[in-house]
Amino acid sequence: MRCLTQLYNTLGLFALSAMAYAGPPVEGALEKQPTNWHAIIMFCIFVALSMGITYWASSRTKSTADFYTAGGGITGRQNGLAIAGDYMSAATLLGLTALVYGSGFDGYLYMLSFFAGWPIILFMMAERLRNLGRFTFSDITAFRLDEGSVRTMAAISSLTVVCFYLIAQMVGAGQLIKLLFGLDYNIAIIGVGILMMVYVTFGGMVATTWVQIIKACMLLTGGTLVMVLAFSQFGFSFTTLMEKATSVHKLGLKLMTPGGLLADPINAISLGLGLMFGTAGLPHILMRFFTVTDAKEARKSVLYASGFVAYFFNVIFIMGLCAIIIVGQNPDFFEGGVIGGKLIGGGNMVAMHLAKAVGGDMLLGFMAAVAFATILAVVSGLALAGASAISHDLYSRVIMKGKATEAAEIRVSKIATICLGIVAIILGILFEKQNVAFMVGLAFGVAAAGNFPVLILSMYWKGLTTRGALFAGYGGLFSAVAFVVMSKSVWVDVLGNKVALFPYSQPALFAMPLAFLLAYVFSKTDSSARAKREIDAFEDQYIRAQTGFGAAGASKH
Amino acid sequence: MSVEIYERLRVNPKFQELVVTRGRFAWTLTFIVLTLFYGFVLAVAYFPAVMGQPVSEGSMLTVGVAVELSLFIFFWLLSALYVRRANSEFDALTQEVIKQARKEDK
Repeated sequence: MRCLTQLYNTLGLFALSAMAYAGPPVEGALEKQPTNWHAIIMFCIFVALSMGITYWASSRTKSTADFYTAGGGITGRQNGLAIAGDYMSAATLLGLTALVYGSGFDGYLYMLSFFAGWPIILFMMAERLRNLGRFTFSDITAFRLDEGSVRTMAAISSLTVVCFYLIAQMVGAGQLIKLLFGLDYNIAIIGVGILMMVYVTFGGMVATTWVQIIKACMLLTGGTLVMVLAFSQFGFSFTTLMEKATSVHKLGLKLMTPGGLLADPINAISLGLGLMFGTAGLPHILMRFFTVTDAKEARKSVLYASGFVAYFFNVIFIMGLCAIIIVGQNPDFFEGGVIGGKLIGGGNMVAMHLAKAVGGDMLLGFMAAVAFATILAVVSGLALAGASAISHDLYSRVIMKGKATEAAEIRVSKIATICLGIVAIILGILFEKQNVAFMVGLAFGVAAAGNFPVLILSMYWKGLTTRGALFAGYGGLFSAVAFVVMSKSVWVDVLGNKVALFPYSQPALFAMPLAFLLAYVFSKTDSSARAKREIDAFEDQYIRAQTGFGAAGASKH
Repeated sequence: MSVEIYERLRVNPKFQELVVTRGRFAWTLTFIVLTLFYGFVLAVAYFPAVMGQPVSEGSMLTVGVAVELSLFIFFWLLSALYVRRANSEFDALTQEVIKQARKEDK
């Protein structure tokens, strides 16, 4: 009961941590589990399959376009699955099931906030991204602005997002693998890091995309299977399920009433903005829009992706509710066999226990393998986005001013991937005992305040100049970081101070308007000749954004 | 990809038609999604008790859950509507505009 109460009290924070990984609180809960052979065998099958794909992909990865965007030849449906795979991390499966299990309605509400960004991305961004961009989203901001400084800025904030997100994923991965597979934490981290480096350096975007597609299919299949098996115990009747769930859950009938998550309207709006526009500023998600042939396929990919995401969130909702009875009333899943005590393996193991309860060791093994595959796919996407910021933006466009050969650029991106992998392993090991929940909040905050305003203004506002973009980008980046550092998750939980200086968990509501304001003020007061040229150049960019005329096409194989 | 082609694209009345119609459509849909979503978030924050009411006497389905499920479905249907119209009507118009601009090039 204590665990649940604690979960309930720290819901806002927990919700953020749920985004990236199934982060069990660092205390206790992390003892190694007995080695799980079913899971390891199924995971080996997945690794063998993905290695086969990487081998095949490596023969098709020759040009920079192949490496960054799989030659631009991915179809809308494939890309939709891959985006869904990028977006739904192990957290979605484990953290959100646990959230529904613990607090019902709030978990569902959180999932809606996580979903609502997709229609906006479709209506406002998808086709312009595809029409203007080539390899990275800075291609769009640098379209008419000063290439050197704007790309450097975009690369810095992309790398910030990627690094924080990577740390959160790595630490989550290590803890999860320790729990599920009974492997040592450091071995798990090194394993994840090495597999990620292999996928990305040899197979580039082709391999990364296919790893994500396979993983998304595994996740959808596994989740659906568990849901159907669990729901069948209630005769597929929502009424029966809810009657039983509300009668045993400590919240009783309040289970389906809003709880603490969004009680404070300012925090609620800020979290909503952060999730919605953070998604629209995540470099590894934006990069996926350049892998399809044209704007038509870009739109389709969002439709498929949001359909899969919406479907899966509802599956998770049912899973979480079923788990209240199937897991929550079974003493086998509690430490010492005390119902309502501490769940074996920590609060985030709800989905795994449910899999075991309805499908035995085989299904548990499959779901554990799915969780591992999920982490691998997400870190690979992140590593590729980080590597492209280094090799395409910084090396090729800023340092070499576009004169680098394709071979040199690919070599740099492979080296960058290996460096990022090593950094991720080291940081993952260093941060083992830290509470890394804030890093996801930081990643989304920086994406929403550092990347998104500049990106959307460069597409929509003629008046944006290089000066305005730089102030907005750096201003958004630093204010998002500052707000997170002053918020409870860092100031109190990490630095050990008593009271948070910034009372909200998500900085978006404050950092985003600041970035827009800076962009406006410093563009409007920019009367240089360069600013005038940049404003004049908007017209051509606008026509290309609208029609796709002149957009980078799919490369021929 | 000459500047003149961009200029010819720009002056084509069909291009203006495309931009205005598609822009209005996209902004309307965006407005609907943002209003419903943030309206719902605020409703949850200010009227949690209403959200916890059953949709009908004795039902296990609460207003909040019912609204949320319908928002999931409605937002996705709006996306489908946009993709359908953009991939047929707007894309056809785009192709036509580009074709005309290319023709004058020769």
